[in-house]
Amino acid sequence: MDIDQNTPIARFENVGLRYGLGPEVLQDVTFELKPGSYHFLVGPSGAGKSSLLKLMYLAHRPSRGLVHLFGHDIATAARDALPALRRSIGVVFQEYRLLEHLSTFDNVALPLRVAGIRESDIKRHVEELLVWVGLKDHMSARPPTLSGGQKQRASIARAVIARPSLLMADEPTGNVDDRMGYRLMHLFEELNKLGTTIVVATHNEAMVRELGHPVMRLGAGTLHVSPGTKTDSFARTSPQGLERGLPHRLTRGPGAFE
Amino acid sequence: MMFSRRTDLPLDKDPLSRFLPWLIAFMVFLAALAQAGLIGLDVLAQRWDTGMASTLTVQIPADPDASDAANARRLQTTLNMISETPGVMHARVVSEAKVLQLLSPWLGVVQAIDVPLPRLIDVETDPDIDLDARILQQKLARTIEGAQVDDHGVWLGRLIEMVRTLEALAAGVLGLILLAAMSTVIFTTRTGLTVHAEAIEVLHLTGAQDSYIAKQFAGRAWAMGFKGGVIGLVLAALTLALLGYVAGRLQAGMIPDMSLPLVGWVSLAILPLAAGLVAGLTARLTVMRTLRRMI
Ligand SMILES: Nc1ncnc2c1ncn2[C@@H]1O[C@H](COP(=O)(O)OP(=O)(O)OP(=O)(O)O)[C@@H](O)[C@H]1O
Ligand SMILES: [Mg+2]
Repeated sequence: MDIDQNTPIARFENVGLRYGLGPEVLQDVTFELKPGSYHFLVGPSGAGKSSLLKLMYLAHRPSRGLVHLFGHDIATAARDALPALRRSIGVVFQEYRLLEHLSTFDNVALPLRVAGIRESDIKRHVEELLVWVGLKDHMSARPPTLSGGQKQRASIARAVIARPSLLMADEPTGNVDDRMGYRLMHLFEELNKLGTTIVVATHNEAMVRELGHPVMRLGAGTLHVSPGTKTDSFARTSPQGLERGLPHRLTRGPGAFE
Repeated sequence: MMFSRRTDLPLDKDPLSRFLPWLIAFMVFLAALAQAGLIGLDVLAQRWDTGMASTLTVQIPADPDASDAANARRLQTTLNMISETPGVMHARVVSEAKVLQLLSPWLGVVQAIDVPLPRLIDVETDPDIDLDARILQQKLARTIEGAQVDDHGVWLGRLIEMVRTLEALAAGVLGLILLAAMSTVIFTTRTGLTVHAEAIEVLHLTGAQDSYIAKQFAGRAWAMGFKGGVIGLVLAALTLALLGYVAGRLQAGMIPDMSLPLVGWVSLAILPLAAGLVAGLTARLTVMRTLRRMI
């Protein structure tokens, strides 16, 4: 996906969403994600965070309003154009959604396989990333045999493996210990520095305060965006002994595989 | 297995898909028999068409009052008249022994008989010249009292008509089997799409094209169709061989040589490939059509 620095990665205008005949769970949601921005998405349980992300990763169409992704109005985009948009989007689902019959390796390899990357490239990239997220010994394990935190890491690895332009994570640190939580947030920070646009839905107010990125707050179906208080305290608070860098192959930008 | 490849969907584990090769085996078995029948009948009809359309039989009733010599002369005159007719390539008197043999179903096996026998002349005509049996009949009747020309046309026509009807029937059966096989694959594929809806959504959300998903179903269906096809063909070949053996033992002149020509065996050997292809394509189309309705 060609990213024009002036075109918002995502733009919502008066978006409403209802499931079936139920009430609107999102009302008049309007916001814009600039390329390279990093937002937290917060709000009480049931406020509609996951629903908002679903609209952004094209799992649902809005009931009303406009959704633009990478400059494309998704209401008028041809069905054939959606896979290309989706390949520029990485998602860490709240409930992981790993494919249970596939090994951890194959799950993480999925975005590369659907994009038609050569198997030899896939092997090197996936192995390196799995080592980095600490799943070296679980590459051939199937998701049902993984712990919650291990599943979460596999799910994050799958979301970032293809270096998406837009990365969304729904509660990505809910199941890991602090140390791993920091490490994963560090991964997101580094990807953000490389230009990846990021939205992280979370209940972890401490992390939100600490990292200081702008906050999108959902309450009663409506959205308010407040600017960040970036203090770069992350460098101070991150535990000792964590690598600073990223998996080498991941530092290559979007389109590294093409 | 040779044709299975790594798939992102656990299609192997669908109970229905384990059932499919056997269903297809059964259908290919029926299809092979229908097709063998079709080819056998076609060969038969052709043989009659070319072998018999250019033959005539002339029958001369015996005159019980005439002497043997007179009868023989009469036969010779007839033979000469036939041979001189344009369009006749060959005319041959059927021996008395052969006539007795032809009559054996009615007379029993006899070496000789007191009753004067009618004499028969086999006439082979040039297939390029349409010799009209009625003209020959008129010509002979003027000189030889009671001479009858039979051009086999009527009964041959009826036989061929019957064979063609049977052929149409066999072709119809083949068509029905094809429809049944396609319906089975469509049903199995739709079930698979429902069972794996969750995984398919994840594939979609990671950017998979419909064709990527369709390919997995098609590859699986192709493998099962081919496998079922091979099983069905083996069963059919055994059955046909058994039929051939039984027919051979009957030795009845009534049952013509029904062995398949080479092209027949080739067309049977193609059946497993055809089954695989039909299953694969049907699965692919089903997936593409179903997914088109999703976001
Ligand atoms: N598929 C669905 N069908 C019907 N209603 C749904 C569906 N998904 C979510 N909802 C409803 O939409 C509302 C918002 O749900 P959503 O999952 O977006 O909340 P959330 O902010 O992500 O909550 P949490 O913090 O607990 O993950 C809830 O009232 C929920 O019941
Ligand atoms: Mg949620």
